Amino acid sequence: MWLNRDVISVLDFSKEELLDLFNKAKQIESIRENSFSNLKGKVLATAFFEPSTRTRLSFQAAMLRLGGTTLDLGEPTVSSLAKGENISDTVRMLDYYSDVIVIRHKLEGVSRYAAEICEHPVINAGEGTKEHPTQTMIDLYEVWKTFKSLENLTYAIVGDIKHARTISSLILSFSIFKPKKVYLISPLELRAKEKIKSFMESNGILYEELTTLSEVLEEADVFYITRIQKERFSDPYEYEKVKGSYVITLEHTKKMKEGAIILHPLPRVDELSPKVDSTKNAAYFSQARGGLYLRMALLRAILTGD
Amino acid sequence: MSEKELKVTKIENGTVIDHIPAGKALDVIRILGITGKENYTVAILMNVESKKLGKKDLIKIENRVLEPREAKLISLVAPEATLNVISNFEVKEKYKLEPPEMIEGLIKCPNELCITNKQDEPILPKLKVVKGLKIVLECIYCGATLTSEEITKFIL
Ligand SMILES: [Zn+2]
Repeated sequence: MWLNRDVISVLDFSKEELLDLFNKAKQIESIRENSFSNLKGKVLATAFFEPSTRTRLSFQAAMLRLGGTTLDLGEPTVSSLAKGENISDTVRMLDYYSDVIVIRHKLEGVSRYAAEICEHPVINAGEGTKEHPTQTMIDLYEVWKTFKSLENLTYAIVGDIKHARTISSLILSFSIFKPKKVYLISPLELRAKEKIKSFMESNGILYEELTTLSEVLEEADVFYITRIQKERFSDPYEYEKVKGSYVITLEHTKKMKEGAIILHPLPRVDELSPKVDSTKNAAYFSQARGGLYLRMALLRAILTGD
Repeated sequence: MSEKELKVTKIENGTVIDHIPAGKALDVIRILGITGKENYTVAILMNVESKKLGKKDLIKIENRVLEPREAKLISLVAPEATLNVISNFEVKEKYKLEPPEMIEGLIKCPNELCITNKQDEPILPKLKVVKGLKIVLECIYCGATLTSEEITKFIL
């Protein structure tokens, strides 16, 4: 079921497969041991055509802790990519050198293309504005651990709904694990694309678009917070005007219901006050930590079948 | 031969594309790249009465046989169309167009951010043909979709 699987979109996986993966991750997490030898002799290659230190480190750490080794293509500005080598040649070379290829690119469809070229499995570590399957698996893993189930929860998703691939990818997963309701909270300019809305409609996902967070504070089980980037606004003044409305503070958490959690794919800038860190609601560090175990479970499953 | 069929004279050699949904003839002309400057006769009949479709369009092209590529593209805008190959005033071959499962290298993905639109990459756009009430094409790489109405804008 897992051996040699590509990980291109969360939609490539069934409910049963995802739950199986979460159980595998939990099993690794519960051992609380930091090194395994399952992947001794295996090599993971990371090819980040768009920089993301954190995601890359997380994959590398997962591989190293499983006893494998890693190769990295290097920063896009200094590697062969800057000299104009195409993606196809680059991933083909990485396929010769490694056993699994982790790829990130700003263009859409790159990982499926890489998977066509490569004999070894390819993992999409984020592309375009739509897909980031392993981040979604990590998000769901944290929710699953907290609520023991992924059905019938209310989500408040805050940030750049239009461009954030972590949000879009999470929304895709709602067709697999049906939420009770999804609130999409963003400035008007950054609302969900039509395609995402029609996806939710055709999959019977109940959603509502809001511009402020205040009215759902008491209702949501999961708050998913992401950064709003200044560059996304056509008018910088507009950004200054609205940015404060999407910051989670200690005051907000006081209104949240018992057991509600706050997730954030990290890194954060100022959308999540450090004062929130010590509250019971803050689940983002646990989420980041769980991310390591989830990626370990995924790599082990893909490379050994277990 | 009835009065109606006599509206346009028969062709000696060439192709008759029949049962084109009404209003789609110009899309078919676009697919065929016909500009009117060719030195063969082209007859376009629009909104002709049809037992099967109610109204239909019909195109007669003299001295031209369609390439498989063209037939594939036409099947996307006119999935019910029939193709008649005419030789010496006779119908030599007659077949119904059938939309293929996949369109490869003929239509560009509408998503500018798609890998298939990147220069210098040895990749052909591949669009899956989703056959529902209306034909929709879906990029197998990025998932972007294209309706049959938009197809002519994206032909390579
Ligand atoms: Zn595409």
